[in-house]
Amino acid sequence: MKKRVVILGGGTGGTLAANRLRRELPDDVTITVVDRDDDHLYQPGLLFVPFGLARPESLVRSRSRQLHRGVGYCQSAVDHVDIDGRRVYLADGTTAPYDVLVVATGAALRPGETEGLTEALTSGRVFSFYEPSGAAGLRDALARFDGGRIAINVVDMPIKCPVAPIEFSFLTDWYFQQRGIRDKVELTFVTPLDGAFTRAVCNRELSGLLTGKHIELATEFNTGQVDADGGKLISFDGREVGFDLAVVVPVHGGAAYVDRSPGLGDALGFVPTNERTLQSTVRPDIFVIGDAADLRASKAGSVAHFEGEVLVRNIVSYLAGQPLSEAFDGHTNCFIESGFGKALLIDFNYATEPVPGHFPGPVGLPLLKESRLNHLGKLAFQHFYWHLLLPGHDVPGLSASMPRAGKNLAAAAKN
Amino acid sequence: MPSKVYDGTEVAVDGEGFFADPGQWREEMAPQIAAECGIETLSEQHWQVIKFMRHEYTEKGTGPSVRALSKTSGVTIKELYQLFPKGPAKLAAKIAGIPKPRGCI
Repeated sequence: MKKRVVILGGGTGGTLAANRLRRELPDDVTITVVDRDDDHLYQPGLLFVPFGLARPESLVRSRSRQLHRGVGYCQSAVDHVDIDGRRVYLADGTTAPYDVLVVATGAALRPGETEGLTEALTSGRVFSFYEPSGAAGLRDALARFDGGRIAINVVDMPIKCPVAPIEFSFLTDWYFQQRGIRDKVELTFVTPLDGAFTRAVCNRELSGLLTGKHIELATEFNTGQVDADGGKLISFDGREVGFDLAVVVPVHGGAAYVDRSPGLGDALGFVPTNERTLQSTVRPDIFVIGDAADLRASKAGSVAHFEGEVLVRNIVSYLAGQPLSEAFDGHTNCFIESGFGKALLIDFNYATEPVPGHFPGPVGLPLLKESRLNHLGKLAFQHFYWHLLLPGHDVPGLSASMPRAGKNLAAAAKN
Repeated sequence: MPSKVYDGTEVAVDGEGFFADPGQWREEMAPQIAAECGIETLSEQHWQVIKFMRHEYTEKGTGPSVRALSKTSGVTIKELYQLFPKGPAKLAAKIAGIPKPRGCI
């Protein structure tokens, strides 16, 4: 009997999963990707838009054209999933029954979770660079800015690309130095965490860079309200940070249809998932890739890439009635742009925090250290994304599990 | 590993005072831990949150974030901050005798 794999979401995870599955599954298994539009956005590029280093149009390509022959594409929003009836109800009124469902609809911004933020984002004083229109609006606002206080605020974790707001802070410092008015700009990084980053060694390095660039750090600040007219962020415990311009990363949640699908998601719309097998814990026929999962791994494209191999192997095993592999180790790899043509690279997993050394082996890119080479790596990544990562190719020398060679593992904090 | 004495029993804690073994916790210990955190008396609402934290930990292996705590317990985030000033998720976890909630990075 014909089997049907339905993949919700044609972004990073959904696309690479579809292309990898097509190579592994026999022709009588149909694979269909569902997405509400045909605009595949290269999300890492949004960071560069506010500084005039990338144009939003250059970051978008057709979703369907990234899919290989033999993968179906259905352009419709999802109304909800009936996890007992094993059927997706689409907004266009049709339904898609499945034998395996892959949730790959990522994370969505939920500004409505924070008092005043939805209105603030239309005030011209408060921006989010996590979507193209906000990033373009911020570019214009930064160009007009000739001095004052800028607050860069993460409202709550988890967020997509947790290092992006820190990179944004570094690039803002660079941007105003280029314009020759850095001394007229006060920069404050406002975070709910107790440091710039959660893991100790990396936190020390990034905090040091922030200090060196004269960027203030306000920690354990849980934003309860954004007051655009009064120009202040107000925390739940009554602290305030004033601003003339605020760059706010709103609360993230899963895609809205998850909330409309009984039993599928948690309180924030993320899908509970086994962190080793990538099978959801809500139903055995539902698998999850990328930001849509409730995993403690970072919400980042590199994670979706490394997940791809285990996910596909396990879907093939599941359809054949074989046991699943527990091989996903939480591998994450991020370039951290630090301004002035330099970047850092971090590589870590569930068990190992980011440490110094080299990647992917003793000879390679320097880890947790600013270098020109890492910046070039970050720029090259865009090409790699469209031509290697989305087609679902393994990259020679780059394995799904985290490499240990080249890492100074003794530097990890003892805890 | 450091240890503390609550309700006459020695318990293992981490460097920040979170229980290493949630199995060592008893309800009688909570008022004393709370007092160390600056909370003089535990109201019924405090207990509601503490019991919810224990339940979440048993179910999921980690304490919830403040936002998830609010959404599932029905107590607003503002109220949670009034109950457990300076970080409800961490403070409630400590008083409930469960490990520090994991970060999401």
